[in-house]
Amino acid sequence: MASVTLNQVGKVYAGGFNAVKAISFDVPDGSFCVLVGPSGCGKSTLLRMVAGLETTTSGEIRIGGRRANELEPMERDIAFVFQNYALYPQMSVYDNMAYGLRNLKTPKAEIDARVREAAQILDLNDEILSRKPRALSGGQRQRVAMGRAIVRKPAAFLFDEPLSNLDAKLRVHMRVEIRKLQRRLQTTSLYVTHDQLEAMTMADMLVVMNDGRIEQIGAPLEVYNHPKSLFVAGFIGSPSMNFLEGIVVDSGVLQLADGQKLGFDAAKFSTASGQKIVAGVRPEQARLAEEGIDFNRELIEDLGSGRLIHGKVGGSDFTVLEGAVTAPLCQGKLQVAAEALHLFDAASGQRLSA
Amino acid sequence: MEKRTLFRGLALPWLLLAPQLAVTLIFFYRPAAQAVKQSFYIEDAFGTTSNFVGFDNYRDLFSQPEYFRAMGTTAFFSVFVGLLSLSIALLLAVQADRNIRGASIYKTLLIWPYAVAPAVAGALWLFMFQPSLGMLAHGLNRMGIHWNPLLNGDDAMILVILAATWKQISYNFLFFLAGLQAIPKSLIGAAAIDAAGPMRRFWTIVFPLLSPTTFFLLIINIVYVFFDTFGIVDAITHGGPAAATTTLVFKVYSDGRLGGDLGGSAAQSVVLMVLVVALTAFQFKFVERKVSY
Amino acid sequence: MVERSPFANIFAHVILIIGVLIMAFPVWLAFVASTNAPDTISNGQMTGIPGGHMIENYYQTLFIGTTSTTRAPVGMMMANSLIMALLIAVGKICISLLSAFAVVYFRFKFRMLAFWLIFMTLMLPVEVRIYPTYKIVADLGLLDTYAGLTLPLIASATGTLLFRQFFMTVPDELLEASKIDGAGPFRFFKDTLVPLSMTSIAALFVIQFIYGWNQYLWPLLITSRDNMQTIVIGIRKMLVTQDALTEWHLAMATAILAMLPPVLVVVAMQKYFVKGLVETEK
Repeated sequence: MASVTLNQVGKVYAGGFNAVKAISFDVPDGSFCVLVGPSGCGKSTLLRMVAGLETTTSGEIRIGGRRANELEPMERDIAFVFQNYALYPQMSVYDNMAYGLRNLKTPKAEIDARVREAAQILDLNDEILSRKPRALSGGQRQRVAMGRAIVRKPAAFLFDEPLSNLDAKLRVHMRVEIRKLQRRLQTTSLYVTHDQLEAMTMADMLVVMNDGRIEQIGAPLEVYNHPKSLFVAGFIGSPSMNFLEGIVVDSGVLQLADGQKLGFDAAKFSTASGQKIVAGVRPEQARLAEEGIDFNRELIEDLGSGRLIHGKVGGSDFTVLEGAVTAPLCQGKLQVAAEALHLFDAASGQRLSA
Repeated sequence: MEKRTLFRGLALPWLLLAPQLAVTLIFFYRPAAQAVKQSFYIEDAFGTTSNFVGFDNYRDLFSQPEYFRAMGTTAFFSVFVGLLSLSIALLLAVQADRNIRGASIYKTLLIWPYAVAPAVAGALWLFMFQPSLGMLAHGLNRMGIHWNPLLNGDDAMILVILAATWKQISYNFLFFLAGLQAIPKSLIGAAAIDAAGPMRRFWTIVFPLLSPTTFFLLIINIVYVFFDTFGIVDAITHGGPAAATTTLVFKVYSDGRLGGDLGGSAAQSVVLMVLVVALTAFQFKFVERKVSY
Repeated sequence: MVERSPFANIFAHVILIIGVLIMAFPVWLAFVASTNAPDTISNGQMTGIPGGHMIENYYQTLFIGTTSTTRAPVGMMMANSLIMALLIAVGKICISLLSAFAVVYFRFKFRMLAFWLIFMTLMLPVEVRIYPTYKIVADLGLLDTYAGLTLPLIASATGTLLFRQFFMTVPDELLEASKIDGAGPFRFFKDTLVPLSMTSIAALFVIQFIYGWNQYLWPLLITSRDNMQTIVIGIRKMLVTQDALTEWHLAMATAILAMLPPVLVVVAMQKYFVKGLVETEK
């Protein structure tokens, strides 16, 4: 029942490495905020700073309105779900879940009530409660790790890539479970992942990070449809956005490397003639057609639910995603609607504004 | 080498360390320092005066033939006990590493001698080879060999070597076995496909891969002979006959017992310390490199 | 090895059996000796089979004691050895757990110094510093006491090393989860670290018990009173040079008794023992 606020939070390690650079954002109470980015971008470090497992070099962290920088982890009223679950191997599932409460000297009856309630929510029966972690499957361990977080009834949940160790199918299932659970409990959550699909599907609020900095914050669809930088555009969305280098030759017209021309919506992007830009096209927004720009088809991947067609435009790689029912493969021309183009300044990588 | 998350504290860690540090400082560093200090002084018989004499005690020591004799004896033991026990242990380990029935029983049956005290091992072997009533001594006499470790220095040495080797085989066996089991079976399989017969496989693949273990055991065995044989020597031969089986440690002990020359005894201790530290450091440097966390 | 040639297997069995026999032979002889009457032995008439005097020999050894050499019955000596071995094992485990915990899990000034201070002791066994240590123990008034017997032998770092190696393999996340669960250092140590260390503790116990039980030089120096003798010293005192006076049947019975507890411990806890040895020496 609390928001989490970060204000100019930064971390520099003893050796001089700057892992987190002046991060500020606000997670409203009850919302599910996902921190996403490539390995080494600082998202896990940031999460651990919120948890109190790492010290903060600069800036302020507030949990539930309270300044948390100097507080020990257990004083911050948070719960943490680890990537490797971090279940105590020597304790039973029940004891694992009860441990935190016992340390807080919670009355035994209350501990029991809470543990059983959490077990019920997570579909862990009595028999499992008495087992030790090593006798559990990956999915079960994950649920116990979550159970340990739930019983604390904390102000915020912190998840550190909890699904990375699960197989693909289980991951999809657990993704849904976690989201449903959070909606039910209405607890503010901060979730770290490197998987952009998890990020897209689970987030109320997406924070894209790179190299210790925030690249973009917004609702998933907003970030997807209006990426602010080349990095975000290329990171979010799978298969990733296609990029074509070009030069603006006229208002609304750009020329690609091989001389072909593409039209873009001049109202959306203000450009200068001769400006070097990078145009982004999402694979699902390009179509193979009889007419259009040249497309050199190289390989087709049949997904069952659709088709991925890999090829080259000019010298650059380009992928087209087609839905399931399609006509037999058309010829080598590509059509891209002007509205579907995202333009970025080639030098700065930033999205061009209107 | 570091844990990621640590506790912070000023008093607590020192409190935790206190018992160990206390014991270590009082019973290890202080005596060691005392020994070094004393080695530079001479005390008279009554212990009333002590004079700083620099390296005189050491010079004295190194001019005593008995000292070099003790060194030689110790070295001789080391080499023999080491070679014997290492080869026998290796042979046994290689056989035990095979997938034969009862391998684990053999293992248990070959490991237990580790638990026997050196002095007890000495007693056992003394009993067997005791000149007048030892069973094996009788056997030797019947074969025409005059055997008397009480009078014959060489016989005494042989007896000590036998007892020490017997005891050390278990330890080496254990480590060799562990070393053999750490060799990936895939390597052996690959060699078999390359048509290498068992003997060739052993010498060209297994033995080289075992070399860290072998090297490590070599050092350990040397240190063992330096120290653990004290029990054997004291129990069986008391360093005799005529100092034939006096090792360096035994000399420290017996010279100190006779009393009087504290400085000399301290000097001997210091020399021993230096030797062992050198050996251990040597081992650390070469063996540690191959080990990672 | 990949071959399954029957010849090679038979060869292996043969070698191993010979090895086992060589290991067992001296002990077997000792056992036989301990069951014979004294004159059988001194007349050189002992055979390879046990005699019929087992009970009385052992009884005499344990409870009455030999006539000439040691005046204490071996039973009392075994008790001393047991106390000594247990004190050393338990003492070492306790202080090592604490110091390894401090060195691994705390960040404090001079940590590395403390670390090295402790680890340097690995280099020098007690035999090297006997006389100065003796003097210190004497000065502290600890001669002929259990404290004097055991304290100097706890000084080395083998236990701390073993536990440190083990603690390094405990995942960091367990400590982090503990912190979030509100556990301070004590709770973490008691609830998580120690339970997880049980195998290492068992391993150290075996090694230290044997080490303590088999101690020779140090007890020899420190104890002079008869009722403080350990059984290993007791044996030595029985082996006087003039063999005519050595009561071999009793001496061998004592040897067997001296071997029994440590061998039992090794065999019963073999798994831990092997692990402990291999881990410590790395």
